[in-house]
Amino acid sequence: MRISVDLNRCQGYGQCCFADPSVFKLRGEEVLEFDPAPGDEHRLKVIRAAKACPVQAIYIGESYEEQEERSHRHE
Amino acid sequence: MSNHSSQGLRKDEHIVIVGASLAGLRAAEALRRRDFAGQITIVGDEKYAPYDRPPLSKHVLTGHLPIEHTPLAMLEDVRATWILGVAATALDVEQRQLSLSNGERLHFDQLLIATGTRARPWPEERGGKLDGVFLIRDRDDSQQLRERLARKPGRVLIAGGGFIGCEVASVCRELDLEVTLVERGPTPLYGALGSSMGSIVARLQQQHGVDLRTRTTVESFEGDAAGRLCRARLSDGSVVEIDVAIVALGALHNTEWLQGSGLAADERGLVCDTYSRVLDAQGQVVEGIFTAGDVARWPQHLCDGDLIAVEHWGNAVDQAENAAGNMLSAETDYRAYKHIPAFWSSQFGINIKAVGLPNRGDEVMVTQGSVERYRFVAAYGRQGRIIAAVSFDQGRWLEAYNTLIEEGATYPPQLAAADQPENMQSQPAGFPAMARHA
Repeated sequence: MRISVDLNRCQGYGQCCFADPSVFKLRGEEVLEFDPAPGDEHRLKVIRAAKACPVQAIYIGESYEEQEERSHRHE
Repeated sequence: MSNHSSQGLRKDEHIVIVGASLAGLRAAEALRRRDFAGQITIVGDEKYAPYDRPPLSKHVLTGHLPIEHTPLAMLEDVRATWILGVAATALDVEQRQLSLSNGERLHFDQLLIATGTRARPWPEERGGKLDGVFLIRDRDDSQQLRERLARKPGRVLIAGGGFIGCEVASVCRELDLEVTLVERGPTPLYGALGSSMGSIVARLQQQHGVDLRTRTTVESFEGDAAGRLCRARLSDGSVVEIDVAIVALGALHNTEWLQGSGLAADERGLVCDTYSRVLDAQGQVVEGIFTAGDVARWPQHLCDGDLIAVEHWGNAVDQAENAAGNMLSAETDYRAYKHIPAFWSSQFGINIKAVGLPNRGDEVMVTQGSVERYRFVAAYGRQGRIIAAVSFDQGRWLEAYNTLIEEGATYPPQLAAADQPENMQSQPAGFPAMARHA
């Protein structure tokens, strides 16, 4: 799992920080720091965070390695 | 092979993307999202899969984010052939062929050029190769600097008070390191926000203990016999004893490899039309070759179609989307790229965000909030219209200003905001005269 946050769109509501405080952290009033590569045990909380975001700025995707592994399986 | 629909688009077409960073990746995703069923090859000169650059000057350096966690999320199954650690060295437009640094040639049906920028280096004869002098552009730069800062060096000097320089100054103070910031202009962020807003940033930095030297440049870095950096000589004659120097003097467009291709590429970037199609040196559209991201110079509708390159994260994402969409469209369905630039920068705990083209503004006025508390919005005006807005910890207002910019609303703005300052006054934005035409 990999996360991308559009920080142009982010308005610092901090809903994601409630959903998973170890992945999303607000520093100061509205500076969001996040871990783009949390362990898989965070998946459910991160999905919840993405759903809770009032401006829908959080995207969940895959890592390069996950995609490469799949493409090699299909070869 | 994956077993996706045989009715997918353009099954026999090969699209090559040069540049394996944000724009290149997002373009590949956009192609797949539009059901492109042909082959995608992505060529990148770095050995790493695409990674996110904004953290490299921020929380990678503080140690909050390990460098291994910076790779970008892949938001579609891109099913690409990746050629990493290999640079494109030449382009033959007629033959539809790329030459690569590994000696191979690569044929394409369509091409996207997203080779971005690199950090402007410091000249070797003025100490650029000393141990302790750093640039910040790629993963390795950031990782090496992180390791050095973590060892608690003596004073750090930053050459250049643009966004990168200011962010790194903030990191240094957070790590409790002594830091000197040397900026040629009258204030930090002079080129990006002008001296009026820049003076607010200057005050913020000084309150946080930054030794700010404006209207000053670095003449040279000097080292000891072992080649370790020890001091910087500044243009005002002063000498600063330092352990680390960070050169943050802007970026150079990666267009050298296009010399001889006949495309309109130079140190300012690669020129394209409003559909992200590249132009040749005669100004004619080159069919099937597109560009996106930092390297692209495109006609910006907010300033009468002047060609500008926008080296921001959001432009890389949006222009990649535009280019990919047009690559898969008939010319009659092309969509014009009408991007309004936006960026963010965090420093000293404050989130600075902007929309529009601040450096095209003649005047600026604080329209909401309090400058003293570093919580405000300011609007920039150009010829009686709003051209940009910047916020300090008030990012949620920017969408509204974005709409005003899109609509060409008048400046000074007619707002009915509850937190309007009592005497709003427009003042000169204070940009370098040259930047206006860059």
